[in-house]
Amino acid sequence: MMQINCPWCGLRNATEFRQHGEEPPRPDVSTTTMEQWHDYLYFRDNHWGVAKEMWFHSAGCRQYFTLHRDTVANKAIRSEGDPR
Amino acid sequence: MTRSEHNKQSQRTPTQHNEVINRSKHVTFTWNGKTYTGYEGDTIVSALAAAGERVFSRSMKLHSPRGVLTGSLHDPGTIVQVNDEPNVRGAHRLIEEGMNVSSQNTWPSLKYDIRAINQLGSRFLGPGFYYKTFIKPDFLRPMYQKVLRGFVHGGVVAENPPKEIYEKRYAHADVLVAGGGPAGMAAALAAAEMGASVMLVEEEHQLGGHLRWSDGSLARQLRSQVKSTANIRVFTDATVAARYDDNWITVVQRTPKPGMHERIIKTRARSLVVAAGLIERPYVFQGNDLPGVMLSTAARRLINLYSVRPGDRAVVLTANPEGDATVDDLRRAGVDIAAVVDARSGDTVVRAHGKGKLQSVELSSGQRITADLLITAIGWTAPTYLLNMAGDKPYYEPGAARFLPGGTDEGVYAAGGIAGDGSVQQLRQHGADVGARAAAYALTQRGKLIASTPTVPGQLDAVAEAELPDITPLEIPDHPEIYRSTTHGYVDFSEDITSSDLQSAVNEGYDSAELVKRFTTVTMGPLQGKIEMVNFIAVVAEATGKTIAETGTTTWRPMYAPVTLGALAGRIYDPVRYSPIQSWHDAHGAVPMVAGQWIRPEHYGDSQAEVRRVREKVGIIDVTPLGKIDLRGPDVPKLLNLLYTNKWSKLDIGKVRYGVMVSEDGVVMDDGVTAHLGEDHYLLTTTSGGAGSVWDWIEEWLQVHHPDWQVNATPVTTAYTSINIAGPKSRTLLSRLVEDVDLSSEAFPFMRVRTGKVAGVDDCILWRIGFTGELSYEIHVPAAYGLHVWETLLEAGKDLGVGPFGIEAQRVLRLESGHIIVGQDTDGLTQAYSAGLGWAIKLDKDDFIGKPELVWQQQRQSGPRLVAVQPVDPNVVPTEATQILYADGTIAGRITSSRYSPTLNRSICLAQVDLSLSEPGTILTIRQVDGTLVQAKVMSEMAAVDPEGARLDNDTVPEQLTTFAEPIARGPVGLGAATTMIDDWEVSAQPSSGALTLQDQSALAKLEVRSKANGAVGKQLETNFGRVHQREQGSLVVGSGPGQWHIFADVGTQASVLAELQELTEASEELATVVDLTHGRALFRLSGTETPELLSKICALEFADDVIPDGSALRSSVAGVVTDIVRNDINGVRSYLVHCERSAGQYLWNTLLDAGAEYRIEEAGFSAA
Repeated sequence: MMQINCPWCGLRNATEFRQHGEEPPRPDVSTTTMEQWHDYLYFRDNHWGVAKEMWFHSAGCRQYFTLHRDTVANKAIRSEGDPR
Repeated sequence: MTRSEHNKQSQRTPTQHNEVINRSKHVTFTWNGKTYTGYEGDTIVSALAAAGERVFSRSMKLHSPRGVLTGSLHDPGTIVQVNDEPNVRGAHRLIEEGMNVSSQNTWPSLKYDIRAINQLGSRFLGPGFYYKTFIKPDFLRPMYQKVLRGFVHGGVVAENPPKEIYEKRYAHADVLVAGGGPAGMAAALAAAEMGASVMLVEEEHQLGGHLRWSDGSLARQLRSQVKSTANIRVFTDATVAARYDDNWITVVQRTPKPGMHERIIKTRARSLVVAAGLIERPYVFQGNDLPGVMLSTAARRLINLYSVRPGDRAVVLTANPEGDATVDDLRRAGVDIAAVVDARSGDTVVRAHGKGKLQSVELSSGQRITADLLITAIGWTAPTYLLNMAGDKPYYEPGAARFLPGGTDEGVYAAGGIAGDGSVQQLRQHGADVGARAAAYALTQRGKLIASTPTVPGQLDAVAEAELPDITPLEIPDHPEIYRSTTHGYVDFSEDITSSDLQSAVNEGYDSAELVKRFTTVTMGPLQGKIEMVNFIAVVAEATGKTIAETGTTTWRPMYAPVTLGALAGRIYDPVRYSPIQSWHDAHGAVPMVAGQWIRPEHYGDSQAEVRRVREKVGIIDVTPLGKIDLRGPDVPKLLNLLYTNKWSKLDIGKVRYGVMVSEDGVVMDDGVTAHLGEDHYLLTTTSGGAGSVWDWIEEWLQVHHPDWQVNATPVTTAYTSINIAGPKSRTLLSRLVEDVDLSSEAFPFMRVRTGKVAGVDDCILWRIGFTGELSYEIHVPAAYGLHVWETLLEAGKDLGVGPFGIEAQRVLRLESGHIIVGQDTDGLTQAYSAGLGWAIKLDKDDFIGKPELVWQQQRQSGPRLVAVQPVDPNVVPTEATQILYADGTIAGRITSSRYSPTLNRSICLAQVDLSLSEPGTILTIRQVDGTLVQAKVMSEMAAVDPEGARLDNDTVPEQLTTFAEPIARGPVGLGAATTMIDDWEVSAQPSSGALTLQDQSALAKLEVRSKANGAVGKQLETNFGRVHQREQGSLVVGSGPGQWHIFADVGTQASVLAELQELTEASEELATVVDLTHGRALFRLSGTETPELLSKICALEFADDVIPDGSALRSSVAGVVTDIVRNDINGVRSYLVHCERSAGQYLWNTLLDAGAEYRIEEAGFSAA
């Protein structure tokens, strides 16, 4: 099981976290076209290699943070932010 | 035969220097019904072999007799039944007094197996025979199955097996060493010397590896050295079965304690050292499966460990020094050596002859030698499975005649024989080199872990990468490449696959190893390729004209060794939540119903009567699971406007509004009412199932999208016991218990909220809302007083006919009133307009989650519609999810809810139908489950009962306060006989002197402060995230989360501590809020030196002193419950405060007691310490 370095709690088992995947920017709701909105809702790069993802430490500090994860090796490379 | 004849251990030799049997202890057991005696320390096979038995099973397909081949855990022909346990590895399992052992897959007996007739047709039983033959005609297939099932190789599973207990554990190690031979022990010792914590796991019953027969005194010396080293934990009779990401390692421990068959230890190791040694490879030639043909290591085990003479007259085929040494062992055991065939000089064995057992051996010279024992020592297989699972790609070295590790990333290492060749001294040196490097790497990783965790105070200096000591590589072994003789023989002994079968598979076109494997099932039997893999590759290489290197290997997958299903299941940790009133429900005939994690009363015997009671008099229902989130801060209206489809900016204090949440695709996600309680203070309610996900959703929108908004969200679902009082007499009833709130229709109208005192309990929240369609009040009572208020309501309303009602009655009532249930009447595709919620959608708002989708749905009028439906025949209640049809018979929708209405005496439904069928008055065709069609009419109103809403109020007036008992607060855990009162809390007074104790401390005052992480409030509280601080005032401040603190103080002090904290935080310029969670959390104290052992059964964290020292605060999953853990030692004795949501408290309590039973945990009464 992969270990993830939570920027707040430190190294923990991946089962404590929930993966939210890529977080594409939210289009402006007043001007969005259907195509832009559906891109935002459904389409992901699904990057082969190191991808930037949003993770949520649901069984720990309950913070959302950005994780760089190697999707080939399934290895957490780096978490963004060092709050302490 | 008589008993005494079996007791003769005719093949037992005089005492061998290195034997592991205890000749002073006799053990009696039975084999196929006859009694045998062996010694303590004997395996089933060694004891039987000592008595002269040579056949232990029949092979899978051809039912030919099989004897000892490897003499180890991985011996294909010695798999037996023990008592009611099938598939026991007989050459590994030790004998026990009274054990009943029998052969498997034999009928009528091991000696005369009728299915041996298969041997006559063996040339028809080639690969793919079953696939090709038992297929046509179709109608015969059930018969084929029935007959073939009788041929299945396997033991008998007991139909009513005795109940066995299984469990799992977590473990942590700096260095885990797989394999306890000379290299593995040296690696463990070297790593331990550097200060690493080491787990040494050995598959066999003793450490030592091959030293046990080649150099017993060295084995004993190393063994005692290992055992006297404090930071090495030794696990024998345990297998490292799998390695997953980041060295997450499965250790399967056999018989870890009496009555427990197997246990899985989920281990996180910073370094993994694979010192698995080598497995001897069988030789492929005609007759290689005859009992009496065995590997040199099998003979050496039998002779040296068990003092058993494996035969009387032997031929030895040897290609290596170990084979040569076997000759000496055999001589010492008194075996007559008929011939030694040296494969290095080109001689070999061509055939083994015999009927049922070996009788003679035919050599390449043409000579035929009479013998009952043929020893082969023609090479080795490297069990690289753990390395492969870590990404290693072993390569084939022809000069070594085996695969060698290709290399792995730092953190996974190969040590000893698996990595190369050398003398025992060189193997030990290699092990020590590897152990030192593994430890150096692991200790750096440990330093990083400690630096990463907020529980360890101090500076966050970057951890220096340690210098990793070099490893002097072992030499590449030199071994002749010998796989198959000039004849064909067995490659896979478990699956009865010969080299000729493999060749014909290749000839049929299966030209890659992966294809041949799947077609022939080679390596797919009980041994999973351990002894047969390389022979299989070699035969395929030969048949395809490729080299072994080009042919490659197939993939190793977990598990390496068989694991029982019980061990895989372990203990089941499935959190259960209870309302504070659950004990009353249980005592009053409630039929329990599982709703998510909650246990709730479905009804109390007669749900229809419960419905009538609410419509005619008054009923009360426990709705504690209803999600409740406390929202504070100036930007709450902004948040509500974003979360819900309707408008929230102008909700006055004291008012309540219903809202619908959709996700970004416009699909209905949750609904509920939210109250404006005070300045910058709201209480949001969710569906019972949505409590957790809505909280996550709120945090996501606040943290990710609007970090600038000033809002603190605190879940308070289980801080309150929620009771709905519904029915025409609900005002009368409630008014008898409420002191400071005017319940009159004018003063407290529909959709309003008030706070006040109910049945003597302060700080209750009262809502006037109406899910049931009746005049009703929902009261949220501080949870510990829930049972008191519930019982008081029942007592005070006796004359009004009050009684409880369950979920089923509530479902009928809401259906009669036309209220939807999200997830029941909506699904994962139901956009808000389809659910008939258009009235709650305000598209003129600038923004809300999912707005564009609802704009488009409105424009396109897309999707189905939710409508109320009544079957024409009032007695037909269509099953929920029944289909609704178009005229042409295709599906136009479905019934989402249906019940028989006791109020209307007819069936009523909600349905999702196509827009074209949604007009009131439309007659729908419903196809019932049995295929019959019934008609139903679309109604004009969602509500079947009282569409005008006249019942939501009536002319009852509040009554005088009645007298009732003093409130009693009760903790989340059921109490025993000894109790006492502290303040108004009833707590346990159970005395305890145990070394390991568990106390319920839930009565303590518990407050939560929220503010900016690392801000001014944290400084004022003098507590960082991850640490605790004892305040001068006596309370304990816990840095539970980033910007989140818990304060624990004496029983009954919550009001004063709250006031003090509010004063402290008001001075701060940042948003800081204080919430009283005294009733919302279960708080236990777990004390004793063995607490880390206990916690390691239910929590994956590493409870080492340097990672979680005294004064640590952290949150993780404990037995599936998100739990805060605070290390708070008392007088130097380890002690932890654990706290979780109150509703999961009883479950966590029970789980801690269960996990602590083996450490003799005791419940202890409340103490204020």
